[in-house]
Amino acid sequence: MRQTNDETNQLPATERRDFLYYATASTGAIAAGAAVWPLINSMNPSADVTASGTVRVDLAGVEPGQRITVKWQGRPVFAWRRSPAAIEAARAVDLDELPDPVDETDENPNLSGEEPALDENRAAGEDGEWLIVIGVCTHLGCIPLGQDGSAVGEFGGWFCPCHGSHYDTSGRIRKGPAPRNLDIPPYTLGEDLQLVIGT
Amino acid sequence: MSGIPHDHYEPSTGGEKWLHKRLPIVGLLYDTIMIPTPKNLNWMWIWGIVLTFCLALQIVTGIVLVMHYTPHVDMAFASVEHIMRNVNGGHMLRYLHANGASLFFVAVYAHIFRGLYYGSYKAPREVTWIIGMLIYLAMMATAFMGYVLPWGQMSFWGATVITGLFGAIPFIGESIQTWLLGGPAVDNATLNRFFSLHYLLPFVIAGLVIVHIWAFHTTGNNNPTGVEVRRTSKADAAKDTVPFWPYYVIKDLFALAVIMIIFFAIVGFMPNYLGHPDNYIEANPLSTPAHIVPEWYFLPFYAILRAFDSEVWVVQIASFVTGGIVDAKFFGVLAMFGAIAVLALTPWLDTSSVRSGRYRPSFKWWFWLLVVDFFVLMWGGAMPAEGIYPYISLMGAAYWFAYFLIILPLLGVIEKPLPQPATIDDDFKAHAAKTGGTKTVADPTPAE
Repeated sequence: MRQTNDETNQLPATERRDFLYYATASTGAIAAGAAVWPLINSMNPSADVTASGTVRVDLAGVEPGQRITVKWQGRPVFAWRRSPAAIEAARAVDLDELPDPVDETDENPNLSGEEPALDENRAAGEDGEWLIVIGVCTHLGCIPLGQDGSAVGEFGGWFCPCHGSHYDTSGRIRKGPAPRNLDIPPYTLGEDLQLVIGT
Repeated sequence: MSGIPHDHYEPSTGGEKWLHKRLPIVGLLYDTIMIPTPKNLNWMWIWGIVLTFCLALQIVTGIVLVMHYTPHVDMAFASVEHIMRNVNGGHMLRYLHANGASLFFVAVYAHIFRGLYYGSYKAPREVTWIIGMLIYLAMMATAFMGYVLPWGQMSFWGATVITGLFGAIPFIGESIQTWLLGGPAVDNATLNRFFSLHYLLPFVIAGLVIVHIWAFHTTGNNNPTGVEVRRTSKADAAKDTVPFWPYYVIKDLFALAVIMIIFFAIVGFMPNYLGHPDNYIEANPLSTPAHIVPEWYFLPFYAILRAFDSEVWVVQIASFVTGGIVDAKFFGVLAMFGAIAVLALTPWLDTSSVRSGRYRPSFKWWFWLLVVDFFVLMWGGAMPAEGIYPYISLMGAAYWFAYFLIILPLLGVIEKPLPQPATIDDDFKAHAAKTGGTKTVADPTPAE
């Protein structure tokens, strides 16, 4: 009977209405998110930017003590053929003296897992002669000075002029506002001194 | 439009009646321009018109500059030089646009501090205040991105440092930074999106300005006494107010003309005074200038950003409590944005029921100290981050936060305010009597 049906349907009808509101709102939210996501994602690095990830450099012509700068992914990479004195200075430092004594995997992709920021772990080549670091201050992204041998800071490595961060001869932060050691790019350095930066 | 009772627009001719039935736009404009305005507004109430003028100036000169500018890393710098050398009157347009940004910020700071002194942020004008803060934030974003477009050294390194702030956010910061930049470093993708947003945001600001005006036309203007316009009847309201047109329009235009004399003197004779010579060197991603200094209008907040290094005890406590998640770098970023956040929260931090600083004897001193503090921070931000300067910035930052978080809440409880006038008209008559009883109601004595 018609009237009975109406009465029995009264309460479920409102619940049904609520359900429809929630369902519509959820569908709308998902659709809006799906529509916005491509717009947001388009602002992520484009394919050509990601593809320019590998740079090859011949380090054979670099003299002992000389520092060179290579552009990689729009940022400078510092390659330094260190003098024995610089290596010795870097290895004489106690881990307790370092503001950032641990290099994590993303800070030094050439190591597996967290390693102490010892010069042995950060340098490459015969006797750890080569130091390859990303030349971007870990504070706010300025390029530290020191590549030309002047303004190397109090610890002989690099000095960031923006806010006064000093890096040592292993590229480790020693003084100033920078929170971390200079990052090390993923790289391979062959016997023939062919440096390949990037993966 | 609700608000102070006054005569509304009545269409008289046949054509007006025809249009009014279909679109009451003439009525909207009439009620906006004829809004009853407190008759005692002083010269600090002129900045609204200056700001409106600046927005129009920036949009108009900007649209023309875009016709000659190329947003590409290889051509941006050259195209700006092309504007300076080849485009007819191009140097004038560019100097107007660059110095127009400075005038915009002079006016907005005067406007904000006016509001702080006379309690314009207090109920019922909180929404006006919040929208104003949104406008201020949008202005800062627009100015920052516009400064990147000439692609000089300061453009590039300013962009690197400021986007680096987002990299300080724990865990997700670096992904956000890469997303903002469109790559691992500031590059062509960054320049293009900044250009797009620099063009977009002024129109967002224009929209917000309309809402800002709508909000304070609903509540009515504040005024130097902080006493509300009487709304009991049209006659009472008329005693406290004059219509915006023609009285304040003419007064504001006079003030604008005076300001324009100074503005054009700067544009004409010293257009690079507020700029940095380094920005006439093309951007070089491999070499950082010795001192990266933002434009003057960002300096107070830049000083606060740099003031908190790992030696400061609050930073050490924050780092200890959060297990190292909040480091000195992130703390500086939080402090900088916090300095603007406390400004935005002023309506809820000030506990005093007295609106105008004129009747708050101790508040006055703290307020003027805040003004001094603002300039000290500006100076600290311009100095290199070494020696005594970070300490001065730290003291300045401490007072900034103390003013909003300690002094404003406490003063409302402990301060004994002076008696306030019953009505705007009473105060106006008292002032008019003191200055010789001039009959011109339109030009009240500049108070304070």
